[in-house]
Amino acid sequence: MSKFNKKRGKATPAISTASLPDIVFILLFFFMVITKLRETDLKVDVQVPQATELEKLEQKSLIHYIYIGRPYERFQAIYGTAPRIQLDDSFATIADIPLFVENHKQTVQPNLRGRINTSLRVDGKITMGIVQDVKTQLRKIGQLKVNYAARRRAENR
Amino acid sequence: MAKKERGAPEINASSMADIAFLLLVFFLVTTTIDVERGIAVKLPEWSNEPPEEINLKQRNVFSVLVNAQNQLLVRGELAKIEELRDRAKEFIMNPSANPELSEAPNQAIISLKNDRGTSYETYIEVYNELKAAYNELWDEETMRIYGVHYSEDLPKDKKDKIKAKIPFVLSEAEPTAFGEEAK
Repeated sequence: MSKFNKKRGKATPAISTASLPDIVFILLFFFMVITKLRETDLKVDVQVPQATELEKLEQKSLIHYIYIGRPYERFQAIYGTAPRIQLDDSFATIADIPLFVENHKQTVQPNLRGRINTSLRVDGKITMGIVQDVKTQLRKIGQLKVNYAARRRAENR
Repeated sequence: MAKKERGAPEINASSMADIAFLLLVFFLVTTTIDVERGIAVKLPEWSNEPPEEINLKQRNVFSVLVNAQNQLLVRGELAKIEELRDRAKEFIMNPSANPELSEAPNQAIISLKNDRGTSYETYIEVYNELKAAYNELWDEETMRIYGVHYSEDLPKDKKDKIKAKIPFVLSEAEPTAFGEEAK
């Protein structure tokens, strides 16, 4: 018996890997929850400008996105090179915005509708004309909470 | 022996980890952790009637014009974006009681006007500077009164107090059609 015990003491016991799947699963769930798959396929080139005075956007479900930029090269034959609006997956015009906003509103609980935010993802290189038209349209339909999407810029002064 | 074999054989679970890893890697790769950020703006309400004329004292208005060439005209003279923040701050607080600058912080109005041909980048930069001016003033004021930095976590009553003292008033005029891009 004592001989048996000695043998055991010498060998390093193998680490049990039985809980490894559990650990991996926890990590997996974490990433699954925080992942937001890009659900829109961008048709316009959007490089948002840089800024310093940024605020975080709260709950994703309360945000809808309006993309404005020049169409990608493969769409230029049809849609030209002038800046265009994209809502969801397709090109749109100013006139499509009210329905788009209303559709999003319907998916939100009534008590949260006041907190709906419009995120304007606008390319830095385009001119203000089309942005102004969108802003005017949003004002007309009473969607006043707007957010100009921007990237963080390190302050160097 | 025969009895034992009848029981359901145990499924080998050692490959479970591999499967989980595969999924994990997939989500790791597709995840973008960057939080959506942006400059929050509250648009004014729309009304079909023309806005009523309010007579403002010249000294209380800080007019900023951005033209289609992305040049800046601040209170009638050419200016650079870099100096905008400090000038706005000086205008709002008017520490030296200059008769040209605002009477009091809550009287100060910043008026921003751009052309339709102004680039969005420049517009955002200008807007950012004006907002930064207010943020810095708020920060200085909270520092002075409460001894803490201004942040979103500040209690609401304190924040409201500061904002009542130095309200953020930025009026945007309807842009002129200069430099409009051809459709």
